[in-house]
Amino acid sequence: MAVFLTKGSKVIVQGMTGSEGTKHTTRMLASGTDIVGGVNPRKAGEVVGFPGRDVPVYGTVAEAVAATGADVSVVFVPPPFTKDAVIEAADAGVPLIVVITEGVPVADSAEFFTYAQAKGVRLIGPNCPGLISPGQSNVGIIPADITGPGPIGLVSKSGTLTYQMMYELSDYGFSTCIGIGGDPVIGTTHIDALAAFEADPDTELIVMIGEIGGDAEERAAAFIAEHVTKPVVGYVAGFTAPEGRTMGHAGAIVSGSSGTAAAKKVALEAAGVKVGKTPSETAALARAILSARG
Amino acid sequence: MRSARGWGGWAECLDVEKSGYDRRGAERGLRRPDDGSPDERTPVDLFEYQARDLFAAHEVPVLPGIVATTPAQARAAAEELLPDSGAVVVKAQVKTGGRGKAGGVRLARTPDEAEQAAAAILGMDIKGHTVHRVMIAAGADIAKEYYVSLLLDRAERRYLAMASVEGGMEIEQLAVERPEALARVPVDPRVGIDAAKADEIVAAAGFDEAVGPRVAEVLARLWDVYRAEDATLVEVNPLVLTGDGRVVALDGKVTLDDNAAFRHPDHEALVDASAADPLEARAKAKHLNYVKLDGQVGIIGNGAGLVMSTLDVVAYAGERHGVKPANFLDIGGGASAQVMADGLDIILTDPQVRSVFVNVFGGITACDEVARGIVAALGILGDEASKPLVVRLDGNNVAEGRAILAAAAHPLVTLAETMDGGADAAAALAATAA
Repeated sequence: MAVFLTKGSKVIVQGMTGSEGTKHTTRMLASGTDIVGGVNPRKAGEVVGFPGRDVPVYGTVAEAVAATGADVSVVFVPPPFTKDAVIEAADAGVPLIVVITEGVPVADSAEFFTYAQAKGVRLIGPNCPGLISPGQSNVGIIPADITGPGPIGLVSKSGTLTYQMMYELSDYGFSTCIGIGGDPVIGTTHIDALAAFEADPDTELIVMIGEIGGDAEERAAAFIAEHVTKPVVGYVAGFTAPEGRTMGHAGAIVSGSSGTAAAKKVALEAAGVKVGKTPSETAALARAILSARG
Repeated sequence: MRSARGWGGWAECLDVEKSGYDRRGAERGLRRPDDGSPDERTPVDLFEYQARDLFAAHEVPVLPGIVATTPAQARAAAEELLPDSGAVVVKAQVKTGGRGKAGGVRLARTPDEAEQAAAAILGMDIKGHTVHRVMIAAGADIAKEYYVSLLLDRAERRYLAMASVEGGMEIEQLAVERPEALARVPVDPRVGIDAAKADEIVAAAGFDEAVGPRVAEVLARLWDVYRAEDATLVEVNPLVLTGDGRVVALDGKVTLDDNAAFRHPDHEALVDASAADPLEARAKAKHLNYVKLDGQVGIIGNGAGLVMSTLDVVAYAGERHGVKPANFLDIGGGASAQVMADGLDIILTDPQVRSVFVNVFGGITACDEVARGIVAALGILGDEASKPLVVRLDGNNVAEGRAILAAAAHPLVTLAETMDGGADAAAALAATAA
């Protein structure tokens, strides 16, 4: 099974003909992703030859969807054009949009998230590494060779820390690893991922990686206490970070959280989550739970 | 994880007659919840006078104010403002709260007094912030104080307008003690604050019929500031009703979204270059994400989360050896030799640093590139590179990367197999070098 992304996912790439898009389309294809098209109005009708597959370029997302039946779009277009690209994909009825682009203005993210949400579209990112269901499909920039399929579901704000955790637990493997991104406005949250992993029969244990700042981990903890029956192991980066930038009462009133790693650990542990102090300790906690289950 | 010291509330107000100089905003430092992981963005927090200028540009009513960097300029400003306002307030321009209490806000009734006040305030240290500028602001005849703000609601992924008819006080305290006195109204990012939304906010906060429409008008203009300038926070505390019935933004706080800088070339002038640590300023010029800390183990990694995690692991290892991480440095993806050299150069310039831990997990970044970068960097730096390096590489092309470092056999470089092992080795080296 896995979540959000499976072997049958048909993927188009918005921004495929750009340098990042080309590089990562090559990598995604190499890891088995079924990439059925690219989108670029100026190169419509062209076919781009990648190792192992020729991929047609369409002028619009709607044309690409009509021609290929694509159900995932991954967005590599530069920040000034990201909002329009996401809205175009949502309008074309793509049910899963993964935005890799870094540096998107938060006002644009807020707008396209609200738009996608109203259309019932799942958005992942922006500024995220994407997601991988090892052995099935890989959308974004996560290296495919770190780990194989297995019983662990992983959700994380951070890119390289995600890879580190995949590596630490590669002996068990993963159902799906989701990098949700660390921007102030992101589409899929820790909670969305937790809910999906809870419902996924192939996921036996969930690893959740957070970071200091915000209160997403605290909200996830509340969700876990209420809705998650599977074991959850957590890690929060930044335990030893000095007090960060302090500001604005206005924001603090909204979240009511101090945002420190210690506060997040307390909240997660209160919800029954085992929290590691380092990636290796976190992996050890996960391994202990999985080995006890046999 | 930023180095900038906190700027707490800016609720000091001009109403010195009524409340004395001690009126101040929340000093409790809270990490901003809309501030994500450390590398993601650099919010541009504006000085009060910059916020005032932006407000004025969008026709938010403000009082006259003139910035001065010398007592003589302050005197000239007072001479210009006093005939109309009767009194002026000399206000320290610092991004921290509590300036009133620190003596950074003073009333002046004559040009002499303004000059003396500026002389006293300029150069003052307020919670680690040196005062380089003062604003000479026209005094206000305040009948009533309100609070309004527009901000991003991360959890709901939309905007939030907050308003209270009880402004001027510490707004966090109000939110806790009398939450019903602080209206919170969601704002759809696709719609913003139109006339209906402004009326809704005004009604929710309980503004009376006389002043409500004027506050609604100000809200619409503040939305203009928020949207047109790509702000993530616009806060006015206090918004005041003057004796002659005007609604005026007396003190404002604005945070701009650095990601939107590409469509606001004028915002670059608002960035306060003087605020950064010299090493941080150098790093920024090289497009490196660097934060100076107080410790001995220099740290370089790729990706904010992994670097933050590396700080944790080094800090724990450091407890055993009596050393601490010296910095946060994220070289990002695709570390070229030059990027590596720039990063090492900055870290090795820090006199506190005694060893360096390079921790890279190659995703996109290829470990052989990183290894070549390290070797080249050591070549570029020559004799300036004098401190031991512990290097841990994993991921993309790791075997090639390790082979390159092994072949180079640089006397300062040690290879580590794991993140934990590398952290421990670097901490031990820093302790020995003491």
